[in-house]
Amino acid sequence: MAPSAIPNGTANGAPSNGTSTSTSSLRADDNIQRFAAPSRPMSPQPQHTLFHPKTRCFVYGLQARAVQGMLDFDFICKRKTPSVAGIIYTFGGQFVQKMYWGTSETLLPVYQNSEKAMAKHPDVDCVVNFASSRSVYQSTMELMEYPQIKSIAIIAEGVPERRAREIAHVARKKGVTIIGPATVGGIKPGAFKIGNTGGMMDNIVASKLYRKGSVGYVSKSGGMSNELNNIIANTTDGVYEGIAIGGDRYPGTTFIDHMLRYQQDPDCKILVLLGEVGGVEEYRVIEAVKKGVITKPVVAWAIGTVAGLLKTEVQFGHAGSFANSQLETANMKNSSMKEAGFYVPDTFEDLPAVLKKVYDAEVNKGSIRPAAEPAVPKIPMDYNWAQELGLIRKPAAFISTISDDRGQELLYAGIPITDVFKEEIGIGGVMSLLWFRRRLPSYAGKFLEMVLMLTADHGPAVSGAMNTIITTRAGKDLISSLVAGLLTIGSRFGGALDGAAEEFTRAYDKGLSPRDFVDTMRKENKLIPGIGHRVKSRNNPDMRVTLVTEYVQNNFPSHKLLDYALAVETVTTSKKDNLILNVDGCIAVCFVDLLRNSGAFSAEEAEQYLANGVLNGLFVLGRSIGLIAHHLDQKRLRTSLYRHPWDDITYMLPELAGKGAPGNEGRVEVDVK
Amino acid sequence: MSAKSIYEADGKAILNYHLTRAPVIKPTPLPAQATHNPPAKLAAIQFEEGDNVEGVLDRAEATFPFLLVPGSKFVAKPDQLIKRRGKSGLLKLNATWQDAREWIAARANKVQKVEHVEGALRHFLVEPFVPHPQETEYYININSVREGDWILFYHEGGVEVGDVDAKAEKLLIPVDLSQYPSNEEIAKGLLSKVPKGVHNVLIDFISRLYAVYVDSQFTYLEINPLVVIPNKDVTGAEVHFLDLAAKIDQTAEFECGSKWAIARSPAALGMPAIAEKTGKVSIDVGPPMEFPAPFGREMSKEEAYIAEMDAKTGASLKLTILNGKGRVWTLVAGGGASVVYADAIAAAGFASELANYGEYSGAPTETQTFHYARTVLDLMFRSPNTADGKVLFIGGGIANFTNVASTFKGVIRALREVAPLLIEHKVQIWVRRAGPNYQEGLKNIKAVGKELNLNMHVFGPEMHVSGIVPLALIPGKMNSSIKEFEG
Repeated sequence: MAPSAIPNGTANGAPSNGTSTSTSSLRADDNIQRFAAPSRPMSPQPQHTLFHPKTRCFVYGLQARAVQGMLDFDFICKRKTPSVAGIIYTFGGQFVQKMYWGTSETLLPVYQNSEKAMAKHPDVDCVVNFASSRSVYQSTMELMEYPQIKSIAIIAEGVPERRAREIAHVARKKGVTIIGPATVGGIKPGAFKIGNTGGMMDNIVASKLYRKGSVGYVSKSGGMSNELNNIIANTTDGVYEGIAIGGDRYPGTTFIDHMLRYQQDPDCKILVLLGEVGGVEEYRVIEAVKKGVITKPVVAWAIGTVAGLLKTEVQFGHAGSFANSQLETANMKNSSMKEAGFYVPDTFEDLPAVLKKVYDAEVNKGSIRPAAEPAVPKIPMDYNWAQELGLIRKPAAFISTISDDRGQELLYAGIPITDVFKEEIGIGGVMSLLWFRRRLPSYAGKFLEMVLMLTADHGPAVSGAMNTIITTRAGKDLISSLVAGLLTIGSRFGGALDGAAEEFTRAYDKGLSPRDFVDTMRKENKLIPGIGHRVKSRNNPDMRVTLVTEYVQNNFPSHKLLDYALAVETVTTSKKDNLILNVDGCIAVCFVDLLRNSGAFSAEEAEQYLANGVLNGLFVLGRSIGLIAHHLDQKRLRTSLYRHPWDDITYMLPELAGKGAPGNEGRVEVDVK
Repeated sequence: MSAKSIYEADGKAILNYHLTRAPVIKPTPLPAQATHNPPAKLAAIQFEEGDNVEGVLDRAEATFPFLLVPGSKFVAKPDQLIKRRGKSGLLKLNATWQDAREWIAARANKVQKVEHVEGALRHFLVEPFVPHPQETEYYININSVREGDWILFYHEGGVEVGDVDAKAEKLLIPVDLSQYPSNEEIAKGLLSKVPKGVHNVLIDFISRLYAVYVDSQFTYLEINPLVVIPNKDVTGAEVHFLDLAAKIDQTAEFECGSKWAIARSPAALGMPAIAEKTGKVSIDVGPPMEFPAPFGREMSKEEAYIAEMDAKTGASLKLTILNGKGRVWTLVAGGGASVVYADAIAAAGFASELANYGEYSGAPTETQTFHYARTVLDLMFRSPNTADGKVLFIGGGIANFTNVASTFKGVIRALREVAPLLIEHKVQIWVRRAGPNYQEGLKNIKAVGKELNLNMHVFGPEMHVSGIVPLALIPGKMNSSIKEFEG
């Protein structure tokens, strides 16, 4: 992988690099980059090369952020094609995933099984496996069945040790390099980045990982690999390759595997090893150095030196960081490495200085010739991140002022859901929060609940219930049946509430006496909405009306409109016994009393809510209970499709003089001459 | 999450239940036992701080009826991962239940010093005493390494077994179980010092023991002494695990959780069916596995609080109090960085003053960070206020994705709440952090330090991850040439 393999883009970093786009022929807003498959098989890489600037991989698991990070890295490294060939996601029904390639976009295929992915992309030899600790064993074993796969990075933490050992065993037999489990992965500057290694793009740019240096490192900890990137960038010409082998007790590959690769790779000049308390893998590197297999300078440190100084056993962050014997302690490792001729600092804080010294010596010897620094690439900032940093703003398309699900707790009009329950505000209280954005006094909440209870159902014969029943019997689902019923609600059915509120309010506000109101309506030949009942009368009162009236009279601070309506009733019932204030009228006027006189609403607000149809809302909400009940009832009874009997329909078709021929009876013929 | 020690009682229960059930890897020389083992007689008696000891013992009698069988003799011992209990006088042998009960009552909830560690005795195990001839005692140990599992076997068991690493016979069972040794190889590898007559019995037992080891995902198992008394025609044997220490792989919970649970269910332990007190539904047949803390490292209220918070989120929050009276406290982000900080503090000569080990990582929310920081700060103010004052490291590596500014908001909120105490306790605060948006985070914390008049030094990625530790602790290391974060 000579550096010339990295194409030099134009100075401004524009994506002029050999992609198969022809933007001119496409729509102006189509900013999608498409990548052609390689025209010929790639020439084989040397044995010691795990990743190179043409490495192509699959990401196993729908990890959009990690994939985007990899593509961004590829872009600033001026790769011609993205390192990710596709995503394998076994739960997916999705076929492509949209990603950014610089500022333009590209589509990555998403495969539901490995077999298809492998067949489609024979150039892929690496998998970044994001499967969970539960499923990673099975998926890794499956991936190793494909001979094209040469390396697999296992990100999951908490893989059972027995399974990790089995994976390592099979991998060794098949010659697959496993990185992990429990790792962030690794990075080859200028060539390939595994998953989330290196963190955000500004980290990567700060540590100059977009171009290769001369220092190869192997670290146990993924978190500390970031720190190593930083140290190496600050003290040398940069990272050549870095692998985090993972913090578990049995990583698939260990220090020695990668150190040997670095030794064989002529471009890697200095090796850095960051070990840890626990395990004995560092000793295999010591052995290799002692035997003269590794001859390049090794700067090393094992963290966890504190363990021996603590009184009791402490399990540090990593599963494997626990010393079972003297050999496994960090102190013993550090002294053994020093003895073997590694460059081991006195403390980890001194490591940068030691590394610098080793690097300067190599430069003086002429084995490292620092290359000229390329221009620092620019990477567009992600919208979300820019917003989090408060760098940008944009007008929102939607506004919500009643509920918020983003925080730790769901909020209803600013009140946390736990308080909603603690204070037992009930359905009425929740309605007042969500409909009116305020806490109404508890008598108001009770009143709302009362309305819901009273309007919940009115038997199967009314039009809404009928529609629901017929729809249910046609085999439709709950939502369709409910909606079929709800759609009948309007000025004739259920809509009396709105009309009543409007007429009574207008009359009252005009200062008409109840008798004047009734007279005016009669003159205009209008029925008074909310007055009259089919069977109930003054002597046979509607108990629902009585309940509401009594409640409101006893609990509302003011009920002027109800009093007015009751006076109107006195006028109307004197004409006909059944012209009583019915339940719709009663609820409507009481609700107006609530809006106007509870002190919780201004006059404008009250008008606004009425105009916006809040009364219909009450009816719809209440009656939904009943409509659902009718649907469930019909389902329970397993009623069949309803067909209305012919004899219940009067067929009255226009009849022509002289009945037509059979089949033509009743057709109206129009003479167009 | 890793290999964790378990109670002796739990280890024995798992062996007793699964020994006849776990599938053997290759056929053994003996036919499988016709019936499963009877319920294990293991009375695990647990005391909590402030418990009425006699009351707990009375309840134990009801839970474990075998304790009251007349004429029985028992062994009683604390079951808290204590090694060499016999030598510390923590073993009551060949006792009637009344004796054992008194012996436990005299020790329950009392602090005991074992070697150099002090801790309260809270968890006891009572089981039948097994008289047996000396020559039926063996030593067996299985432990896992990268290449496979080592079985160590020695023909003599007991406390005086000595250096088993040197003298026991060893056999490596490879990871690939298709390479499992034949019965002859097992005999050759492990039983060369055992009379031929009991070979079959022992091979059968070892194979079954190893099957349980694999099936229940042990990572370590030591039985010493193991007592194997063959029956007359040597077609089977009575096996007793007199003393057992084991670790299992906690990460295998999703594969083995149900096996661990059922072996420890009331039915498997011969408990009379007592109505569940709590009425709680557990996910398996039997209780979830418990992983006791090492002896003397009982979780404090604060540690338990952080552990509980940790369990409830995707973020990682860890806290271990090493020395509550220490002067050096840490509030470090990241698993690797937290170890590096502890190392650096020890290297500077302050290991004995290091008060806590812990870390927060994995993008905790501002609130979680606040509660974590508040907990550590509260503990810090409880340690004695000395003339030298205290040192608090607010450290961390270069974060990958955590928005440093937002996690620091939680830390800053905690600092604000306790600012007067920070001054009163003469706390030096040293800050080092980097990663996404660190500039904003460092600027904010620095501003708060100035505003509240705190003794604070702030550094960014130019400073080595734990570079602030020597600067803070070693006199003369900090000088004017070392630049702090400017903001």
